[in-house]
Amino acid sequence: MKKLFWILIAVIGACAVGGIALHRGETINAMWIVVAAVCVYAIGYRFYSAWVVARVLSADPNRATPALRLNNGRDFMPTHRWIVFGHHFAAIAGPGPLIGPTLAAQFGYLPGTLWILVGAVLGGCVQDMTILFLSTRRDGRSLGQMARDELGPVGGLAAIVGTLTIMIILIAVLGLVVVNAMKHSPWATATVFATIPIAVLVGLYLRNIRPGRVLEASLIGVALLLFAVVGGGWINEHPTLRALFDLDSKPLAWFVIGYGFVAAVLPVWLLLAPRDYLSTFLKLGTVLLLAIAVVVMSPEIKMPAVTQFIDGTGPIFGGALFPFVFITIACGAISGFHALVSSGTTPKLIGSETDVRLIGYGSMMLESVVAIMAMIAATLLDPGVYFAINSGPGVVGATADAAVATITSWGFPVTAEQMHALAAEMGESTLFARTGGAPSLAVGMANIFASVFGQGLLALWYHFAIMFEAVFILTTLDAGTRVGRFMLQDALGHVWRPLARTSWYPSVLITSALVVAGWGYFLYIGVVDPNGGINILWPLFGIANQLLAGIALCVATGILVKHGKLRYAWVTGVPLAWLAIITTVATWEKVVSQDVRVGFLAAAEQLADKLASGALSPEQAAVAPQLIFNQRLDAALAILLTAILWIVIADMLRVSWRVVKGLPVPPSSEAPAIALAEVRS
Amino acid sequence: MSHRLLQLWKLLRTLATDDAYERYLVHHQQAHQGARPLSRREFYLGEQQRKWTGVSRCC
Repeated sequence: MKKLFWILIAVIGACAVGGIALHRGETINAMWIVVAAVCVYAIGYRFYSAWVVARVLSADPNRATPALRLNNGRDFMPTHRWIVFGHHFAAIAGPGPLIGPTLAAQFGYLPGTLWILVGAVLGGCVQDMTILFLSTRRDGRSLGQMARDELGPVGGLAAIVGTLTIMIILIAVLGLVVVNAMKHSPWATATVFATIPIAVLVGLYLRNIRPGRVLEASLIGVALLLFAVVGGGWINEHPTLRALFDLDSKPLAWFVIGYGFVAAVLPVWLLLAPRDYLSTFLKLGTVLLLAIAVVVMSPEIKMPAVTQFIDGTGPIFGGALFPFVFITIACGAISGFHALVSSGTTPKLIGSETDVRLIGYGSMMLESVVAIMAMIAATLLDPGVYFAINSGPGVVGATADAAVATITSWGFPVTAEQMHALAAEMGESTLFARTGGAPSLAVGMANIFASVFGQGLLALWYHFAIMFEAVFILTTLDAGTRVGRFMLQDALGHVWRPLARTSWYPSVLITSALVVAGWGYFLYIGVVDPNGGINILWPLFGIANQLLAGIALCVATGILVKHGKLRYAWVTGVPLAWLAIITTVATWEKVVSQDVRVGFLAAAEQLADKLASGALSPEQAAVAPQLIFNQRLDAALAILLTAILWIVIADMLRVSWRVVKGLPVPPSSEAPAIALAEVRS
Repeated sequence: MSHRLLQLWKLLRTLATDDAYERYLVHHQQAHQGARPLSRREFYLGEQQRKWTGVSRCC
């Protein structure tokens, strides 16, 4: 009977995947994608994850986990697996899976969807679960420590450099997304600004009024946030206040930079922690609401399965389907960043080794569901509207008429009136060239929500979605800056001892300023770049994230080989090989391509020529030297990241080779096995 | 029914870490008898500091 059930799931799944792959009509219902995804996840979880846990990892339910052995009632504490699942999912799910699929929708709905499904089931979920398991076996040690212990100092150093780089680029690109969402939108700007005092209020409540009562404080905070969305609408109607919040992208970038610095140096209870509680509540609530709404509404997908832009001429980012769809969608398919969380707080809470299946594999599956929903929200828009919102003025033309003419000529009809009406409906002055993915996702979400929960409230839903994304992003920005600061303090402590003291204010200020300057630089350049900045930063972020995943998979593969599991090494080895191929090809193209929208150096060359021949306007000429330098820096950075990945791969292969040949290797850092019964007694 | 609701409420409290202090007290009672436990506020502030010292949020 059970067998029959799974055969049925497999057949339905195969039909749905076949359906979305072969469909060539005008539109296709989103339920096809939902059904395909659910079946693929169900089969992946039921069979593949079970097999990996039992055979490859040999998880032992009778072996005491660190939570049991080292229980201190605080960070080490055996916790029910669904509770840990909730915490782990809240930790890994950020704005990444919402933005990547939205950008990758320029290739059509099919390539991104397939990569999200296959990448998650065979790559991302496996990575998260394996690292979680290995860290649990090592008393919750971090990825960097595991790399150093198991492979050697080279691997450890690479992991640290990789983490710091990805952090800088990630924060810059997320900052750019927020800036683009607030640019000349008084409603969005006022609402996002309001989230800061609201978070501070919640922080004071949690510290002074009712310490540690997170549930009630968060409910109050979320109610205030919803009120802020409505209040933003009032400000938008008021002529004087409206002008106050109608800001250009440069001042907004400075605001985000200043905010990041302040948030990183303030005590965590005041701003960072309460904002995170609010963002977690919003995140879980909105994801649930969106899932229900997508199923109830079952919208038609209007984007074609595959667009002509797979050849690399796409307006949102340059570059062909291979390898750029795999770089653009990192979070939601495979995200190296998760390996840091999986080797952080989560392993210290796990009560039984077999729980890693639900917590590691399951949470990543849910994150992948979020990515699928973002893909649906992007592709249910009229393609013409989607491209009008997401294409920078440098590609489609600076005026509304030029933009609609260009986009219509691609075969995606759209009119200036249509865009104008849409902007008015959403309570915005314009929706042209709102790059970064957040506005188009918000339009998609507003459509979904409004059709299920009331059509008249489109503008409210739109700004709710913007607020939701901004709260998310600012949390990552604070937390990331703080982590970067700790890493920098740790590194600089080797140069001068006192710098490593995390509570010494001079050091806190200096290192925070350095980290903020790092991402602030890329953010600022992204803002002044007429091509939108996202075109440059998002691929770099993708490469950095895949590099981190590559390091994690190297550590996992090396450990599997050391533990005599050579014949199962392909479980992590195959995703590793795939990542190595796509990051290397992507880096190669980003560096040497002659297409100025792909190659960093070609773009620098072209701009330098224009500058020399005097073909630029005075404003353009003023920023050109910065942009030229930045393109060259980006090229160097991409090469550095890929070089790091290959160094770690070589180190892993060296260790594996020595294992096979029976030569000495660093000893396993696994904690000795202690039976459950011994701890309990 | 009321039992189910109570269970759900407990789950929510644990998920939101509302009951972290109570669980700490139980552990403290067992492991460190006689020593003074932290106050609710001290515990809360210490936990926030610990939570935000490593990588606890992702992209």
